[in-house]
Parts: sequence; structure tokens; C-alpha cells
Amino acid sequence: MNYFWDLFLGGLTRGSIYALIALGYTMVYGILQLINFAHGEIYMIAAFTALIVASILTMQGLTGFSVLILAGVIAILYAAAYGFTVEKIAYKPLRQASRLSPLISAIGMSIFLQNYVMLAQTSDFLPFPNLLPQSEFLDSISAWIGPSDFIIIVTSSVVMIALSLLLKFTKMGRAMRATAQDREMAMLTGVSVNRIISRTFIIGSALAAIGGLLIASHVGRINFYIGFNAGIKAFTAAVLGGIGSIPGAMLGGLVLGLAESFGTGYISSDYESVFAFTILILILILKPDGILGRSSQQKV
Amino acid sequence: MLRLVDVETCYGGIRALKGISLSVAPGEIVALIGSNGAGKSTTLMSISGITPARSGRIFFNDEPIEKTDPDKIVAMGISQVPEGRRIFPKLSVLENLEMGAFLRKDHPEIRKDLDYIYELFPILYQRRHQPGGTLSGGEQQMLAISRALMAKPRLLLLDEPSLGLSPLMTRLIYSILGRINTEQRTTIFLVEQNAFMALKLSHRAYVLENGAVTMEGNASDLLHHEDVKKAYLGI
Ligand SMILES: Nc1ncnc2c1ncn2[C@@H]1O[C@H](COP(=O)(O)OP(=O)(O)OP(=O)(O)O)[C@@H](O)[C@H]1O
Ligand SMILES: [Mg+2]
Repeated sequence: MNYFWDLFLGGLTRGSIYALIALGYTMVYGILQLINFAHGEIYMIAAFTALIVASILTMQGLTGFSVLILAGVIAILYAAAYGFTVEKIAYKPLRQASRLSPLISAIGMSIFLQNYVMLAQTSDFLPFPNLLPQSEFLDSISAWIGPSDFIIIVTSSVVMIALSLLLKFTKMGRAMRATAQDREMAMLTGVSVNRIISRTFIIGSALAAIGGLLIASHVGRINFYIGFNAGIKAFTAAVLGGIGSIPGAMLGGLVLGLAESFGTGYISSDYESVFAFTILILILILKPDGILGRSSQQKV
Repeated sequence: MLRLVDVETCYGGIRALKGISLSVAPGEIVALIGSNGAGKSTTLMSISGITPARSGRIFFNDEPIEKTDPDKIVAMGISQVPEGRRIFPKLSVLENLEMGAFLRKDHPEIRKDLDYIYELFPILYQRRHQPGGTLSGGEQQMLAISRALMAKPRLLLLDEPSLGLSPLMTRLIYSILGRINTEQRTTIFLVEQNAFMALKLSHRAYVLENGAVTMEGNASDLLHHEDVKKAYLGI
């Protein structure tokens, strides 16, 4: 039972991170019908930014919570700026081109960013400081949930609830949903689609950055390749939940995280990635619209 | 108020509009009649900036708008009810209406306009929390018109408002267009294939064939014109 609980928590923790990143894929897909392959790199860049900022601040003698907040905020802003710029450089000029062109551009952008970070930093793993706070409360619950698992699950939940509220109740959220449903009609009501696209990239990148920070702190090391791995898993989660669907991305992330966790725990840890890709392939063959995808959700 | 001069619009190599000129004066209701593929929808999409004209000029209150972005055109006061209604299917009826008011910030006025809409179409009030995609065709047409009105347009463009509606529903929609024109002083430019109702309501009309304007005149004259009767009224 204890082992089961550990695997369950581990799955939720992983799954929350996948969900945070998957949201970026699904939101961009919903609006542009584009798989933003460079999205995983944004997550990696956020982790590196946080590492650099945290190191500088630690050298300045700062400690604890202030380092976390400053490094976190700067990493999120930096990642959002990256997402915004990637869209402007790699996708916007191809808005009228065939669907293959932006896809190739996305893959190119992804390779470029990986190599850029590898050359600018290093190809080795770097240690990442544990920025997550300690507290008596976390110690008191540590018997049944690890402090960083707890923080990751709670933070991701709060962020995802906030995103859902933003989409549901704000004017911008409504315009984003309308644009995803009928872009041309949204333009006819006065929505500037370019602005909506930019904001989608900014929000998606910020979410990925939060995921990047949390997981880097949790795992304790990063390199230029973590974005590719996490990106492809999160993409699987988005497809699993139904690409284009926001609740689908959240659900897909959790399901994938749990599946990986139980799969590695009960079968073999050598096959971690095999589980994810088996799920991806099965979903693409059996139910390409995913769990909450369009066909099961939309009547017209 | 609206003036098109030699507007030419193409899809790839296909010339859908071969240089059309027409005008709509403030307060008027003007109809554009034509059969399938004549270029009626293309005309409206060119005015709205979705399918920009390749050449020619479009003026709105003497300002050129042929190169203006669609959202700016809406901001200037032109709203369109496109062909097929294009309701946001997963947005509620109320959210669809709120989308119509996307560019407005005068909240008390928006509230009043919403009440006016609910008075015009009480059924939309009853259905306000239902997803737009679940409405019937006629209800969707009411919602599409209402959504456009929520922008408080000075010029309302309508693409085949009677398409797929029963004669009764068509009469209702047309009587409300007449009301909007007189009560709100909204200028209306409307596209129809089903010419009878459109010509009855309008002051003036143009006939579009194969991307070119072939006839124009007072709506009542066109209603009695032999060629129009034969081609568009099925008489
Ligand atoms: N997206 C498009 N791509 C290519 N050709 C198009 C496109 N849209 C319209 N056309 C062509 O342009 C011409 C005019 O089309 P348009 O939709 O404006 O006609 P319409 O008068 O609105 O017809 P209907 O009464 O059937 O709605 C047609 O020949 C059509 O095939
Ligand atoms: Mg048409």
C-alpha cells in the first residue's frame, strides 16, 4: 500500500508538470492548428534562466525565499519573452503558408534553441539548487507526502485553476476561446488575432516556465536536452487528452504521469519512455481525437 | 457612407470580383442580389477586410478602408452577419452577444443594448446560458444578427439572412431588420439570393452576376423588372 501511494504521488507530481507544459501545446494548437515543437525548449530556457539568476543572487548573499521569488519571476518573464519572440520570428511570417512550413520552422527553432543553450552553457548536467521552501508544515506532512511533491502538486493546481478562470471569465479569455472556435468570425467581431496569438504564446510559455522551475528544483539537475524530453512527453499528454482541449491537456498530463509512474514502479524502470510512446502510438491509432477531443465534445 | 470603386478580389488565380462599383447612403437599406457563386459573400468579406481587395478602392465615410485590418474596420462601425451565421458553438448565447461588444467599453450602454436585443428576440433571453451551437437555425440567425448589433454598428452587412429559414421566420427576421433601420438609424447592406423579401425591404438594389454588377436601381423597380423576375423571383 505504501509503495502504491508513493507511486501515485510520484505520478501526480510528474503529471502536474506534464499538464503545465501540455497546456502550451494545446492552446497554440487550438488557435493556430500548429504543433509548436519549440515549446519544450522554452521550459528548458526557463530552468537555465532560473539557475543563472539564483546563482548570481546566492553569490550576492541572498538566501531562501527571496531567491526563489526573484529567480522564478525573472525566469517566467524571460520565457514568456522567448515564446513571444519565437512566434514572431518562426511562425508569423508563415501564417499564410502551407501547414507543413510552420511545422518545419518549429522543429528548426527547437534544434536552434537546444544548440544555442548547449554552446552558450555546457552539454553537461548542471546542479540545480533546491529553491522550494522548507517549513514546519511541510515537515509535519513529510511522512506521507514529500515536501517538493506537495509544492509541485499544489502550485500546478493553483496555476491551472487560475488559467481556467482566466479563460472562462475574462474578456481576453472569451476572445481566446472564440478565436479557437472560429478565427475569421472572431476577427469580424473586432478581435485582433495577432494579439490573441501573441498572448497565447506568452501564457503558454509562462506555464511551461513554472513547470520548468518546479521540476528542476525537484530533480536537482538540468541540461540543454531536458526540454526535448519533457516536451515530447507533454505533447503526448496533450494528444492523449485531445489536442486543442484545455481540460484534456490537464487530464492527459495526469493520466500520462500516473501511467509512467505505475509502469516504471510495477513493471520496469528501464521502460519509462516506452510507456509514454506506447500510449502516444495507441492513442493515435485508436482514438486520434484523444479523451476529451473534438469528436466526443462538439456536436456541430 | 459606403462606396466601392472598381473592386477586384481574387482567390489564388480566380477573379471572384471583376471590378465592381456600388454605394450605400446613410440610413439606406441596399440589397445585392445574385445567384450562387456570383461573388456576393466575397463582396462582403472584401468590405470587412477578411479577403482584401486586390485592386480598387473601398471608402467608408470617405475614409479608404481597402487596406485596413478587419478589427479596425469593426472599430470604425462596420459589422457583418456572415453567411452560415458562424455562431461560436461552445460559447453561451450571452457570451456570443458579449463577443459582439468586444471593442466597446461603455458598459452601461452595453447593458442597455443587451436589453434591447432581448426585447427584439425574447427567445435569446430564455436561451442565454445555453451553448450557441445548440440553438435551432432560426435562433442562430437571430443570435448572429444580435451579435452584430451588439457592436453598435453604423453599417450592418448581412449575408443571406433568410438562408435555410421558414417563410415565417424569414418574415420575422426581415421585420426586425426594418425596425433596426428605423429605430437605430442603422444603415443596412444586405446580400440575398432569395430576392423577393430583400427587394421588398430595401430602398435600392444591385444585381451581381459572375463578379460584375449588371443592374442597379430602386428596389421597387427591380421587383417589377422582367429579367429580375425571371432570374431571381422564379416568376
Ligand atoms: N476560399 C475560396 N477559394 C477559392 N475560390 C473561392 C473561395 N471562396 C469563393 N470562391 C469562388 O469565388 C466565387 C464567388 O464566391 P462567393 O462565395 O462570393 O459567391 P456567392 O455569391 O456568395 O455565392 P452563394 O450564393 O453560393 O453564397 C465562386 O466562384 C467561388 O467558387
Ligand atoms: Mg455567399
